[in-house]
Amino acid sequence: MSGGMYLVDGKNLSLFKDKPIKVLLAKPGIDGHDRGVLVLAKAFRDAGMEVLYAGLLPTPEEVVDTAINEDVDVIALSLLNGAHLTVFRKISELLKKRGIDDIAVVGGGTIPDGDKPKLEKLGITGNYGPGTPLSTIVDHITARASEARSRKMQ
Amino acid sequence: MDGVKENYWENKLSEFREASGKKGDRIGKWRKDVLEPWNSRTKYEDREYSNSSSIKIDEIYTSQDLRKNFEDKYLGLPGTYPFTRGIYPNMYRGKLWTMRMFSGFGTPEDTNKRLKYLIEHGESGLSIAFDMPTLYGYDCDNKRADGEVGRCGVNVSSLRDMEDILSGIDLGEVSTSMTINAPAAVLTAMYIAVAKKQGVPLDRISGTVQADILKEYIAQKEWIYPPEAHLRLIRDMMVYCTKNVPKWNYISISGYHIREAGSSAAQELAFTLADGFHYVDMGIDAGLDPAEFAPRLSFFFNSSINFFEEIAKLRAARRIWATVLREKYGVRNERSLYLRFHTQTSGYTLTWQQPLNNIVRTTIEAMAAVLGGTQSLHTNSYDEAWALPSEQAVKVALRTQQIIAEETGIPDTIDPLGGSYYLEWLTDRMEEEAFKYFSEIEKMGGILQAVKTGYIQKEIAATSYRRQIRIEQGKEVMVGVNKYAESNEKPINILRISRRAQKSQLSKLLSVKQERDEKKVMEALSELENALRNPEENSMPYIIRAVESYATLEEISNVGRNVFGGWKEPVLV
Repeated sequence: MSGGMYLVDGKNLSLFKDKPIKVLLAKPGIDGHDRGVLVLAKAFRDAGMEVLYAGLLPTPEEVVDTAINEDVDVIALSLLNGAHLTVFRKISELLKKRGIDDIAVVGGGTIPDGDKPKLEKLGITGNYGPGTPLSTIVDHITARASEARSRKMQ
Repeated sequence: MDGVKENYWENKLSEFREASGKKGDRIGKWRKDVLEPWNSRTKYEDREYSNSSSIKIDEIYTSQDLRKNFEDKYLGLPGTYPFTRGIYPNMYRGKLWTMRMFSGFGTPEDTNKRLKYLIEHGESGLSIAFDMPTLYGYDCDNKRADGEVGRCGVNVSSLRDMEDILSGIDLGEVSTSMTINAPAAVLTAMYIAVAKKQGVPLDRISGTVQADILKEYIAQKEWIYPPEAHLRLIRDMMVYCTKNVPKWNYISISGYHIREAGSSAAQELAFTLADGFHYVDMGIDAGLDPAEFAPRLSFFFNSSINFFEEIAKLRAARRIWATVLREKYGVRNERSLYLRFHTQTSGYTLTWQQPLNNIVRTTIEAMAAVLGGTQSLHTNSYDEAWALPSEQAVKVALRTQQIIAEETGIPDTIDPLGGSYYLEWLTDRMEEEAFKYFSEIEKMGGILQAVKTGYIQKEIAATSYRRQIRIEQGKEVMVGVNKYAESNEKPINILRISRRAQKSQLSKLLSVKQERDEKKVMEALSELENALRNPEENSMPYIIRAVESYATLEEISNVGRNVFGGWKEPVLV
């Protein structure tokens, strides 16, 4: 796949001219189902992003620490064990507590529709389920990263 | 392995090369005279046909695609070596497969109720799913368990929970499969402890724990300690149960998760059997006779959506296991050559979109499992891409099996597709692909090494990514997802797990800790620690004692964490 295929009009891609989008992929909580996250890692890389993978079983604190230390644009969280409301919320709260507003958080996994508005209220967007095209996810990350990058530059 | 058998895998591969099916003259002539003119008249668009294992599929197969002496040497008859057609002489006429629906959620009391519901509706074997904290050896009061208690299965923090799950169920009458790996020895010890309390002798209890730790490092990623430590605990369980709990199937060697993690059918077959051979080596090293312990090893395969590929895989698995145990390990007793397996339909093929379509997918996959000769079967529920299954969805899934069993006539004839040129050719190909991997894995220093370096995991990730890209490109179709998709999907009713389970488990754990004899717990744990530090000691009796003192799952696992340490997987991305 070419790196360019996901670039979509309407996003300020010049923001990423010198430094590509940097994404931290993480499966916080105790959940080993990593098929999706490993596919995403490859897809993001093929889309020209810089990808960090936090490995399995990081705590919310570890995820936030890594995101800050590595100065990522986006934290992309995946959970298939049903604990997203508890665990994703912890991450968004930790970021808030540390005054971080230039790292976007997106989610995905087996997330029932009813939970999506609750996550969005916390600023966690996407929340894609199985069967979502990779291009949709890449586009979404790009859009969220461009917001985050604009804030970093302010 | 002794010298004679040094090039075993290479020699097996040459059997396929000698016999590699060449299309004979008859087909060549038919292609030229009949097929090609037809195709050119009908504006036929040629494309490549292949299955999940990237095996190229022709439009037609004939007897000329089969190996020499194929019927006598490779097919045989049911209940006879190499068991391609089934392990029992009368197969489903003698005994239908066990309809074993995996269930477990919320509190032990919730799960107890669901198990009794399934027994009432004709289910013939219990199967218990555990939640994430239990699978990783954490109690419900661990900080990491917050939000996860009772979500993906039932929570077990101490023996009290196992007592509640099995309350009112006679352990002498049921067989129970427990999907538990890293803490399998502890859960087995709990089951034994409940049987003792019920007064059921240990030689009457029967069941299965998964305890296939190699596939955890490969696919499901639920471990506590480094691989060698887990393998030692499994060895202890093998030795203890072979002597004391003769009907306990202590390892269910699982391809299911390998497949769900993204492998092809051929990779599932190869990596699962390679794990199996490792456990055989381990038993032999522990002084057990493979003819005696091989019957306690069972298998667990996936049945996915490419119908013939799945049937071929299951038949090939049976043939490979029997052949290798006999030829390479010298096992003579026929019953010890049986590959018995449970099958579950594929979760990955279920779509979140248009969920009722999943009933059809599951039906096709269940048929493949039956035509492949499975001993037990779990059919997934149509709502599982959304959440844990609702009661109604579980009932449809169970009814699917009952319809296949009692309405379709499929089980009336043994291996009804045996002798199909295509299926037999494909069975050979699946087997050949597996032998290629066995040979490669041996060159890398064995399966444990291949897992520790991340080779197997990377092979699977590459296959999974390739498939995802093919779906994105429309080269593979998922109905309702990348073709025939609809906007405005309506949400379905799903099972919601409340935090009630967590609350109730927390207060139960507290009362267990208050009621138990703390001194007894401490003694049991410190004796367990000594046993774990001595690799020659069998740890099972110590684990049973600890469990009976109401030491918790996490306390027992922490002893191991101190002795063995943890594990970080190799970098995969």
